[in-house]
Amino acid sequence: MAQKTMIEAITEALAIELRNDDRTLIFGEDVGKNGGVFRATQGLQDEFGEDRVFNTPLAESGIGGMAIGLALEGFRPIPEIQFFGFVFEVMDSIVAQAARTRYRMGNTRNIPITIRSPFGGGVHTPELHADSLEGLIAQSPGIKVVIPSNPYDAKGLLISAIRDNDPVVFLEHMKLYRSFREEVPEEEYTIPLGKANVVREGTDVSVITYGAMVQESVKAAEVLAEEGVSVEVIDLRTVQPLDIETITASVEKTGRVVVVQEAQRQAGVGSKVIAEISERSVLSLVAPIGFIASPDTVFPFGQAEKDWLPNAEDIADKIRELKEF
Amino acid sequence: MAEKKANVKIEDLLNPQNFDFSTVQVLDENGTIVNPDLMPDLSDEELVKLMEDMVWARELFNRSTALARQGRLGFYAPTAGQEASQIGSISVTTEDDFILPGYRDIPQLIKHGLPLSKAFLWSKGHVEGNNYPESLRAYPPQIIIGAQYVQAAGVAVGIKKNGRKGIAMTWTGDGGSSQGDFYEGINFAGAYKAPAVFYIQNNGWAISTPRELQTAAATLAQKAVSAGIPGVVVDGMDILAVYAVSKAARDYAIAGNGPVLIETLCYRFGAHSLSGDDPKRYQPDGIQDEWQAKDPLIRYRKFLTDKGLWSPEKEEEVIERTKEEAKAAIKEADQAPKQKVSQFLRNMYETPDYVTQEQINKYEAKENK
Repeated sequence: MAQKTMIEAITEALAIELRNDDRTLIFGEDVGKNGGVFRATQGLQDEFGEDRVFNTPLAESGIGGMAIGLALEGFRPIPEIQFFGFVFEVMDSIVAQAARTRYRMGNTRNIPITIRSPFGGGVHTPELHADSLEGLIAQSPGIKVVIPSNPYDAKGLLISAIRDNDPVVFLEHMKLYRSFREEVPEEEYTIPLGKANVVREGTDVSVITYGAMVQESVKAAEVLAEEGVSVEVIDLRTVQPLDIETITASVEKTGRVVVVQEAQRQAGVGSKVIAEISERSVLSLVAPIGFIASPDTVFPFGQAEKDWLPNAEDIADKIRELKEF
Repeated sequence: MAEKKANVKIEDLLNPQNFDFSTVQVLDENGTIVNPDLMPDLSDEELVKLMEDMVWARELFNRSTALARQGRLGFYAPTAGQEASQIGSISVTTEDDFILPGYRDIPQLIKHGLPLSKAFLWSKGHVEGNNYPESLRAYPPQIIIGAQYVQAAGVAVGIKKNGRKGIAMTWTGDGGSSQGDFYEGINFAGAYKAPAVFYIQNNGWAISTPRELQTAAATLAQKAVSAGIPGVVVDGMDILAVYAVSKAARDYAIAGNGPVLIETLCYRFGAHSLSGDDPKRYQPDGIQDEWQAKDPLIRYRKFLTDKGLWSPEKEEEVIERTKEEAKAAIKEADQAPKQKVSQFLRNMYETPDYVTQEQINKYEAKENK
């Protein structure tokens, strides 16, 4: 097995699905010859041709509308929104059109669109590139939101997303694209949507998180292990729909929970996770629910990112607080 | 510092000659053929069919208005004054074409194959109104002004990739031509040379905002120039002109030349919708009379009558038939099963997730009580 970055795993997943299903189409700004600004679609136009992998004019709403139109014509579109901060231009297509079509049309049509888009802080982008806007989509009925935290998951989740007959927003954290490699099998494999992953088992405190915060949470768990605290880390993988069973089982086992997200406290899906825990498992809790999130400001100017983004230390402090409660 | 002189005369760039989009007309207000060269190649039967369809559309408007006033329909956007534009355009399509109507384009949907009872159900607010058979190439009426334009571009690219001999056809209004999606739609379709025909049914009003306030552009069709595609202004009260231009546009698109933008100059006789809009609040006095004189039915009725193809009896027959059709359709619509929240939940995803399933169970328990 080869060691791969997340971006390489994503390219591999795209190539597999282009090969498996000739109805799949990849399009977006600069995804053709250039292979996308992060090279996620590198080499795909050469291999599959301009009919299957092609550039679009620079207009996100146009890209979204085109995806819907192509889905109505029986294709399986995989559009790229160059950065998820640009999603506001295509919100109508995503949440008002694609997400509602199955419902509107009485379950007579599939809308198998997978919208890929990079997001996430820590890489000093200009404004409106890095924002964690998954909450905006996750609160809109009819669409799934997937956020992988590592190369292995990215490949299996992306293949599942493309094969899913409902629209999926697949968000790729920029900091994870090339920051580390791990074993990723050559062959195709899937990871089911809507299923969380217990990254690390523990008995004292549950940390429920997703995206780049999975790594920070694992780091915190390692530090706490040395202090004799057993921390369970759950990677949601899919933030809409939530894997209630895995969340509930963990919380009921440990009785203490910290929800961690990179999004601002008022954004993301953390509040929803907390609401579900509160309704379902509150009597299992022996301490208040902890919530680690970014402060409720606009995404920070590049030089201030480090002071703004949550990190392993913040998570470890919260775990200690709950343990001692 | 002395003021610098500007040597470029910007005003010259606005020379009206740069915007010569004259209006295509075949049949004038008096029912006279003024442009025989453009006369569509139609048999007497086909000419009569156009009139039958316009009379049908007008009577459908009358029946729908009455039903809405009786509280038997929900949202309804009147169509009177737009019959030539709507029937003229849809008449050139075949079942290979995919249509993306706006909420006022219900006559086209029905002509394309949607049963009238379903159109009524859509108005009443029932899921069955949008439950289209796979064979019906159409997307349900669009509410978001302009969204159908970007979708039509996508459908057209898909048709091209599928190698089908068809087009995507869509309609918006004068207000819709101000939307960002309008530009993105015609621009995408142009860039991919995709077979789409885009209509701007310029009926003079976006609810209360007049056409003049939408844009400084002399015509709406000239917006096509910026996308590098043909734009045509057509007399939208003249069904022969709308048909002639639409037929040419469809042929042009199918031949692989790319999309066409057509502005139909028509008028909204009456209100934006029957949900409380009163045009007397904003329309100038007398303007309705002025446009009523241009009524597409008046001129075409005269044209056909002069040719010996039409009579008051024939018209009465179509009206009666339409009344019966509407009566049967509303009866059928009224009998649609009560909608269930559990079914709505099932329609959200192909396979319900845990939380959705919990809600299905909860609502099913309530529904089965």
